Amino acid sequence: MIFLRRQLPLLITFVMGLVFAAQYYVPHPASEQLLTTVNKWIQIIGGFALVLGVTSLFHLHAVKIRRKEAGWGYSFVLYAGLLGTIAVGLWANGKEAVNGALTAFGWMYSYMMVPLQGTMFAILAFFIASAAYRSFRARSREAAVLLVAAVIVMMGRVPLGEYLVPISGDFSQWILNVLNTSVRRAILIGISLGAVALSLKIIFGIERAYLGGGKE
Amino acid sequence: MGKSQKTRELWSPFRYALRITRPPSRGFRRTGHASLLTGLLFLLAWAAPAMAAELSAPHDVRVIDTPSDSGGGLTILWSKADYDGPDVRYQILMGEGAEKKMVAEFPANSHYVRDAKFPWWTRPAPRGFHQYDIKTGKGIELKDGTAYAVSVAVRRGDERAEAPAVQVVPEPNWVNWNQMNNLLLVLLFGAVVFGSIRAAKRREIFLRRIPGLDAVDEAIGRATELGKPILYLTGAGDMSEPATIAAAVILGRVAKRVAAYETDLMVPHRDPIVMAVCQEITKQSYLEAAKPDAFKEDSNFFITTDQFSYTAAVDGIMLRRKPAANFFMGSYFAESLLLTETGASTGAIQIAGTDSDHQLPFFVTTCDYTLIGEELYAASAYLSREPVQVGTLRGQDMGKGFILAVLALGTVLATVGVLFGTDLPLIILDLFKDLK
Repeated sequence: MIFLRRQLPLLITFVMGLVFAAQYYVPHPASEQLLTTVNKWIQIIGGFALVLGVTSLFHLHAVKIRRKEAGWGYSFVLYAGLLGTIAVGLWANGKEAVNGALTAFGWMYSYMMVPLQGTMFAILAFFIASAAYRSFRARSREAAVLLVAAVIVMMGRVPLGEYLVPISGDFSQWILNVLNTSVRRAILIGISLGAVALSLKIIFGIERAYLGGGKE
Repeated sequence: MGKSQKTRELWSPFRYALRITRPPSRGFRRTGHASLLTGLLFLLAWAAPAMAAELSAPHDVRVIDTPSDSGGGLTILWSKADYDGPDVRYQILMGEGAEKKMVAEFPANSHYVRDAKFPWWTRPAPRGFHQYDIKTGKGIELKDGTAYAVSVAVRRGDERAEAPAVQVVPEPNWVNWNQMNNLLLVLLFGAVVFGSIRAAKRREIFLRRIPGLDAVDEAIGRATELGKPILYLTGAGDMSEPATIAAAVILGRVAKRVAAYETDLMVPHRDPIVMAVCQEITKQSYLEAAKPDAFKEDSNFFITTDQFSYTAAVDGIMLRRKPAANFFMGSYFAESLLLTETGASTGAIQIAGTDSDHQLPFFVTTCDYTLIGEELYAASAYLSREPVQVGTLRGQDMGKGFILAVLALGTVLATVGVLFGTDLPLIILDLFKDLK
């Protein structure tokens, strides 16, 4: 049992990790084919895993409805939406449009999903404003630097700002190209090394927490 | 201004040339003729090589299977000639006899080996040679294992000369030798990491404070005191992303402490595979904390794979359940601010950790603590303090030191190369290039 739960997954990780690290250096079509095949398998496993996910979702909300927990009405709406969409999707054979005309499934996507997603995304503008207001209050030296940099960049990005202070365009570009880019690259170097180190730890079985638990 | 004065000004550059050969006091007329003569000599001297060089068939023509490719490619190499210039054109021809067709034509002062970005260890010919690659696509199809006749011709007006055709077979290659520098650096870094792990087993390694990770206990304690749940998000990525794996590993550490305090834990997921993995990790953490009974199967639950639907659902959970601590680990996209700003409005203590550099400003402005980039990967070592884990961090730091040294050295070498017009620095610089 311990072999199936511990050693076998570690062995598979080790072999697959080395094979696909090597795959990066092999340009032969066979290597590309291997990668494509494995990616397809990942998609297939993902499809099966989705059943797990949907089961979890159904179970969680069924419990809420059964126990009449606070906000159980939302769970009911979720059930109605989920089952309704599945029914409409099956009825339309999964097609969003037939001969250029929207099916009920396509209509639900275009006139319900897309506007709802757009609404969520639009809220971002207000959240950016409120987050910026909190951050730009010059309470500390760092916040003051942030405020000054933000004002310069905003001036440089808006035509009126550049008209009023002509140098702001070049200065904001300098902030973005030199200060911003150099810091981003420094962060990216750290991230890349961290990711490589983590990958090595996983391939060689040093990091096992992702299997459930730390040491043996 | 008279005509003669205009002419004098027009010829003034040549007059300067005349001063070198002859005293300028011979009168305008003679000076003008001499200038004209000198100008013509200059023009002749400039144009002489191209005009004088007789057009001959390209020399040293070699056609090889393109090295380090996936097949369907041929590389043609030939030496530069005296007649190379913008007026002369090279033609690349494929096939033999009546089936011969031109696949490319370009000026003779272009397409050099030095433009092809080969590193020195795979360069097929000297940098001054001409090079042209024929690849499958754009009306050409090269089948692997089939022989093709390729030749190079040169043309200047009606004059034309062609080198004999060379037969070659394109084949796919098993090793991309251009990327061997990348492999070498990975192996070197791997050796440093494993060396650091061994060193860490022998003696203790100093770890700088990471306030965001010190605050984990504080956040869990606060949630316990308030009797409110803890919300933990593993980000938008799947299990193939290092950031998601790091988030799942940190979840294990957090869950162990949550189990010890018997606080509620909620982990909504966007990916069912990540959910399944995190369920196992959480269960194991409760076992290790000797609280298996406190583990709830539905603490990890799936919401949806859709970005904004997931965001709306998590925002709803935050507003209804009002968790005392929110953890945002892993990779994030546009939803980061929507999540953290909502969390901030509920008064929860918020700790974020991400390698999504574009989202870092949003996390920094809205969360109490943010693990920036590599700190996310360091979290597991920091929380566990296991020598094996801590040693990896030392290896990463040594890697960063090495990169800094290479950046400084590379800047100096590249500058020296430009100042002295030498290719010698390329021996070092090529080792650190990202080559495909």
